[in-house]
Amino acid sequence: MPTTATAAPAPDPMGAERTLMPAPLTPETIAHLEERARHVRLETIRLIAIAKVGHYSSTFSCAELFATLYYDAMRLRHGEPRWPDRDRFLMGKGHAAVGLYPLLADWGFFPKELLDGYTRLGNPLGDHPDMTKVPGVDFSSGSIGHALSAGLGMVMGGRMMNRRFDVYVMLGDGEMQEGQVWEAAMAAAHQKAGNLIAIVDRNGYQLDGQVDEVMGIEPLAGKWRAFGWEVHEVDGHDVAALATLFRRLKQDRTREKPACIIARTLKGKGVGYMEREAGWHLGYLAPEDEAAAIAEIMGQPASPAIPREAAAQGDAR
Amino acid sequence: MTAPMTVTDTPTGPVNPGSWQYRQLNSRAPGLSYLSDALSALVADGHPVMAGTADLQYSNGLARFAARHPDRFVQFGISEQNMVSAAAGIATTGVMPFVATFASFLGLLCCEQIRMDIAYSALPVRLIGHHAGIALGFYGTSHHATEDLAIMRSIAGLTVVNPADGPQLAAAIKASADHPEPIYFRIGRGQEPNVYEDLPDFQFGKAIEHETGSDLTVIACGTMVHPCLEAVRALRASGLSVGLIDMHTIKPLDRDAVLAAAERSRVILTVEEHNILGGLGGAVAEVMAEAGTKALLIRHGIRDEYSLIAPPTHLYRHYQLDAAGIETVVRDILA
Ligand SMILES: Cc1ncc(C[n+]2csc(CCOP(=O)(O)OP(=O)(O)O)c2C)c(N)n1
Ligand SMILES: [Mg+2]
Repeated sequence: MPTTATAAPAPDPMGAERTLMPAPLTPETIAHLEERARHVRLETIRLIAIAKVGHYSSTFSCAELFATLYYDAMRLRHGEPRWPDRDRFLMGKGHAAVGLYPLLADWGFFPKELLDGYTRLGNPLGDHPDMTKVPGVDFSSGSIGHALSAGLGMVMGGRMMNRRFDVYVMLGDGEMQEGQVWEAAMAAAHQKAGNLIAIVDRNGYQLDGQVDEVMGIEPLAGKWRAFGWEVHEVDGHDVAALATLFRRLKQDRTREKPACIIARTLKGKGVGYMEREAGWHLGYLAPEDEAAAIAEIMGQPASPAIPREAAAQGDAR
Repeated sequence: MTAPMTVTDTPTGPVNPGSWQYRQLNSRAPGLSYLSDALSALVADGHPVMAGTADLQYSNGLARFAARHPDRFVQFGISEQNMVSAAAGIATTGVMPFVATFASFLGLLCCEQIRMDIAYSALPVRLIGHHAGIALGFYGTSHHATEDLAIMRSIAGLTVVNPADGPQLAAAIKASADHPEPIYFRIGRGQEPNVYEDLPDFQFGKAIEHETGSDLTVIACGTMVHPCLEAVRALRASGLSVGLIDMHTIKPLDRDAVLAAAERSRVILTVEEHNILGGLGGAVAEVMAEAGTKALLIRHGIRDEYSLIAPPTHLYRHYQLDAAGIETVVRDILA
């Protein structure tokens, strides 16, 4: 696994690096972000077909978040995963990494061909992101609950080193149940970590079912406010709303409070039956079902049931 | 925010049922049912059992127990440390709590709660660490537990058991009703073939001898017992005198069984789905060194490294922890 990208430096899709005053949010930008979100979903389906089991629905709920962060909000340099002034991205819900890898590859952080060996022996790309294996992954995760603390640490280190970058930490709503999240929340407000931005993917479901039935987390906005955070609630599938909010937060350089974005999302967004069944937290689409899911994501009407004998038994074991 | 989702065992959407695997517990991981069924049997015998998990009731199969005994089941959400300390509190009231989560989180994330609140406090909590070792394959290091035996073994007052399969787990759970100490059960992912059909008795600290041999004795635990059994059969069939011991209890270790094997065989080979430091191999090494046995000890397992990612069976093959790999290891030693 090379630590520097070997691919020829392709043009940065959004300009060499983002300025603090972004261009107005044009219809073209919005269309581009929507296309990128579709790309996340389609690549997720393609890669899980290699693994034969994976977290489709957790990734689909944050596809627009990934797209807006990586193609509008974050300051990054193509082909330079270790640029010291880059914005950082961490995910407490590391099990959605399958949707992040294609974007990191697109940024030239590692060769795209690595995607084709997702989860295979010797490949660096696993179900959870690993900073020791994958260029462009800013922090490893998998054990839910550590990421906000690590993100705060990056803010504190950057401050001492006089570097000005923002740190985005994406958290699951089930993750709100981990005590460490709230230790970090308290510390971040105390440290006036204004450039720390937590994003809660409020998709309503976790592994064992509905979050509010498993272990209630409401009132969520009130909790973050009480911990000293600035709270924003937004439709997590509306790229225009997300981009507007991220841009506003980036421009506000006087903010002392860390910011928490509660993104209202649908777990499984884009594929109807995944939106309706919690069991899709872990799943595997056999080829015919895959084709129907892709058609739906591409905006074609969902095809009717395709009854078959048995699914091809995958090699996930 | 979200329309209510259904929670069913089979998909209702326009999708092939075979595509959708998560809740198909019994077909995918038949070994999981033993945990819930053994706990239900304790309830039927009148024991004050309570079970809990941290957002993993389908991964460990406790959904079965929860459906049967909703009043005896606690869902803690994703809060493992909270669950373990709460289990200690529950145990102070005379209830016997069994709490389960992935071994990586139970044995590592909750280590201090286990030491202070449970072991030091001498509370009879039963901890179930499932998907131990590298059973979570391409989930990666965060989900692998190759340190938990070493950690749990060094906590005073904790019994450490690594059953080979579902029937042995069930027998150990049954026996735990009369066991005064807290217990750490380390188990696999429920997809392992069974070693035992049925085990009427289980004795903590009493190893099970499958074969005896003068060339080499394999001492294995947990998920490694089955592949070792296959390897040992093949080796014996080719004329080698190879024995096998199922060392299901790592602590207290069956010293007599180790010393008898070291007396009989030229070589002792420990096999574990764990770092070769501090777990089964470490425990056997301590006994052999202190007794000054003449037999040579070789430890087989994960060699003090973080495992690669790949589907579990690919990893077992890579680390020579499947039957063929173990057979090769033994042949190389005896060559
Ligand atoms: C500390 C820890 N406990 C348990 C798990 C197992 N686990 C993986 S995903 C998940 C549910 C996550 O739910 P949520 O945070 O809502 O994320 P979503 O997938 O819904 O975005 C759990 C419990 C884990 N990875 N880490
Ligand atoms: Mg969720």
